[in-house]
Amino acid sequence: MTRHVVIVGAGPAGLAAATAAVRAGAQVTLLDAADQAGGQYHRMPLDTYETKRPRILERCDWWPGGAVWALERHDERRPPRVHVISGPDGGTRRRHVLEPDALVLAPGAHDRTLPFPGWELPGVFTAGAAQALAKGEGVAVGDRVLVAGSGPFLLPVAASLLAVGSHVTAVLEANPAATVLRGWTQSPWRLAAQAGKAAELAAYAALLARRRVPYRTGRAVIEARGDGRVEEAVTARLRADWSVVAGSERTTAVDALCVTHGFSPQLELPVAAGCALRDGFVLVDEDQATSSTGVYAAGEVTGIAGAPAARAEGVVAGWVAGGGSPARLRTVRRRRDEGRTFAVRLAAAHPIGRRWSGWLRPDTLVCRCEETDYGTLCRTADVSARAVRLATRAGLGPCQARICGPTLAELLDTNPHDRPIISPIRLGELANPPEEKESTP
Amino acid sequence: MGAGIIGAACARELALAGVSVTLLDRDGAAGATTAHGEGNILLSDKGPGPELRLAQLSRRLWPAMVTDSVPGDRAEWDTKGGIVVAATDEGARALTEFAAGQRAAGVRAEPLDPCALSAAEPHLTRDVTAAVHYPEDAQVQPAGAASVLMHAALRAGATLRTGCEVLGAVTWKERVTAIRTTEGVLEADLFVNAAGPWAGELSRRLGAPVDVRPRRGEILVTTPLPPTVFHKVYDADYVGAVGSDADELQASAVVESTRAGTVLLGSSRRAAGFDGRLRPEVLSVIAGRALRLFPCLSGVPVMRAYGGFRPYVTDHLPIIGADPRLDGLWHATGHEGAGIGLAPGTARLLTDLVTGRAPEVDAGPFRVDRPAVIPRGAE
Repeated sequence: MTRHVVIVGAGPAGLAAATAAVRAGAQVTLLDAADQAGGQYHRMPLDTYETKRPRILERCDWWPGGAVWALERHDERRPPRVHVISGPDGGTRRRHVLEPDALVLAPGAHDRTLPFPGWELPGVFTAGAAQALAKGEGVAVGDRVLVAGSGPFLLPVAASLLAVGSHVTAVLEANPAATVLRGWTQSPWRLAAQAGKAAELAAYAALLARRRVPYRTGRAVIEARGDGRVEEAVTARLRADWSVVAGSERTTAVDALCVTHGFSPQLELPVAAGCALRDGFVLVDEDQATSSTGVYAAGEVTGIAGAPAARAEGVVAGWVAGGGSPARLRTVRRRRDEGRTFAVRLAAAHPIGRRWSGWLRPDTLVCRCEETDYGTLCRTADVSARAVRLATRAGLGPCQARICGPTLAELLDTNPHDRPIISPIRLGELANPPEEKESTP
Repeated sequence: MGAGIIGAACARELALAGVSVTLLDRDGAAGATTAHGEGNILLSDKGPGPELRLAQLSRRLWPAMVTDSVPGDRAEWDTKGGIVVAATDEGARALTEFAAGQRAAGVRAEPLDPCALSAAEPHLTRDVTAAVHYPEDAQVQPAGAASVLMHAALRAGATLRTGCEVLGAVTWKERVTAIRTTEGVLEADLFVNAAGPWAGELSRRLGAPVDVRPRRGEILVTTPLPPTVFHKVYDADYVGAVGSDADELQASAVVESTRAGTVLLGSSRRAAGFDGRLRPEVLSVIAGRALRLFPCLSGVPVMRAYGGFRPYVTDHLPIIGADPRLDGLWHATGHEGAGIGLAPGTARLLTDLVTGRAPEVDAGPFRVDRPAVIPRGAE
């Protein structure tokens, strides 16, 4: 009998997994909550997408706008049932339940922004949001833009902003040069393997140099100011632990600010599937299998390593999930392992300093949906983390801690990813029984 | 033992009576059952009898407890009142009769005509055969309320120790003189089992088992809405589900708003041990029943679901009193879904029994030595 593989997430990892699973002979259902395949990495304007749509979509059962709202662990010997709501939001969406023989989770990551005073002002964007607007819509978030935070992702974001006509005043890396260099030059013989990634970054760096955009290390945005929207950014020098060097503050006039401190893996699906985590990522074995029977994970949820590594992981996960023999994966496994090395390097070069909360003030909002400030969190922090969240409602607003979750996790020592309802579902949709499993939207 | 709402209330009441109190929890305070409920303080779901008397005592005590001098309004005390509605003629007869019995027992239960009902709840379905208003029903944010009670206990001299799990009892001549914990041995004259759904397991560790079982309840939370639901609104079946013994799923609609603007939709009851795995069909049933009351909520997104374990005793009465088998061991548990509402009365009754004051309600029905609590052969 043909194996049925459900793949959640159609970014680089999910698309690679779908291709490999089809090649292994499986029947594949590929889901993504977005209407386009490609994920964040391949985001493009709609007209370009029409012609560059990945070909694998013709060879599998592709459900655009298919959101998994729940994973039901009904039998520990099988992968969970996948509860899907699909169709255009606002229109009639339909409920389906899939019972796959194997489940591949490739939900990716979203960019993480640590709170700072004024980060809720209009004009302050996550770098990912600014890049999505630039790449997907051709829209510039501002004329004078400061890009700040940590990680190599700041470079392509600055490049995207330049491409849509913004003046980028600077790119600020919070980690000091010593940390960044030590991370990237550890065991340099391994760097050759990631030559593609290194070349990509070098090209961005060259572009910034040509356009005279300064790249500064050891400096961060610690406050945004403005009347009704951001007008100036306060930056300061940071030590290696991200404590602020007093007296080093400077203000810069901007009309937009893009701040991102690396990425948070989207762990809601793996946690709902019962997958074990290690160091904040999904624990996988040589074949990308998680601790849950029949559940595989690929891409940024296993470690932040970028698109090439995600693709390699997707190939392994899809091939094995589809019933292919792991013995035939030697080359791709090597590429996957190089990707993992890259992830380790990235984490070492761009860590989040322990003392970042030093730039918070009591009235700094931590949870923007519920307007919970840092002072309230600290005052309430004498009971259990869950009680603190209930008392302050931090993380309980419409975004359900997708933005502040990692911050709350750090401040309160709680698991932000335990969300039984993975994506919102309307009461009317929930009340209706699911449609027959065979039907497709 | 157990720093949920019951443990916090008992610690407060005992400390105020001059007892030296240590409040223990194996995890953080107010993080388990207390933080996974709706915060109901209800008279409406209780027929005449001992539980109603305990609920009436508790309802009298609540206002003074939440206005204790703790900065802010953490408990979110809200005397919004409850409205119970029936949808069938049979349901209307049962509800009318039930309410008459409650009135005789001193509960304010006021029938609402259709006009008054639509003024009170304009978005409620018109397919209603009877409605009764219970102005005494109230709501708190339960973890906040527990933390208010705990602060009062600490101010009265109690101490809180979290991350301290009880492993067993040190006994001498059928008396517990100390408990062994992960943090060492703790001596005391008296130990109170307030471990909620885990009270059965804790009592086994101490060598005097009581039959308290977990029952799972689930609640849905919508995104914040403009004011839509103004009272706690139940369908009349809620009373049936609370009083039922069946293991399989029961659900009845309980719909209410929180101060944050979200609407809570409850609730289900089912016996599933400590299995906390999500069951989508349970959520589906809850949604369906809630929509029968408020069809207008059909397009509203559910952003969260949470569930908790309720401490269930087969005769549906809490256990409050001294254990006849082991001197020094007391129990205050088994409140099922009513623990938030019953906490002040439970603490007052326990303290009266401990200090030898005359109790305000008869403690007999809650005694430990009854068939539902100590099954024959378990002694």
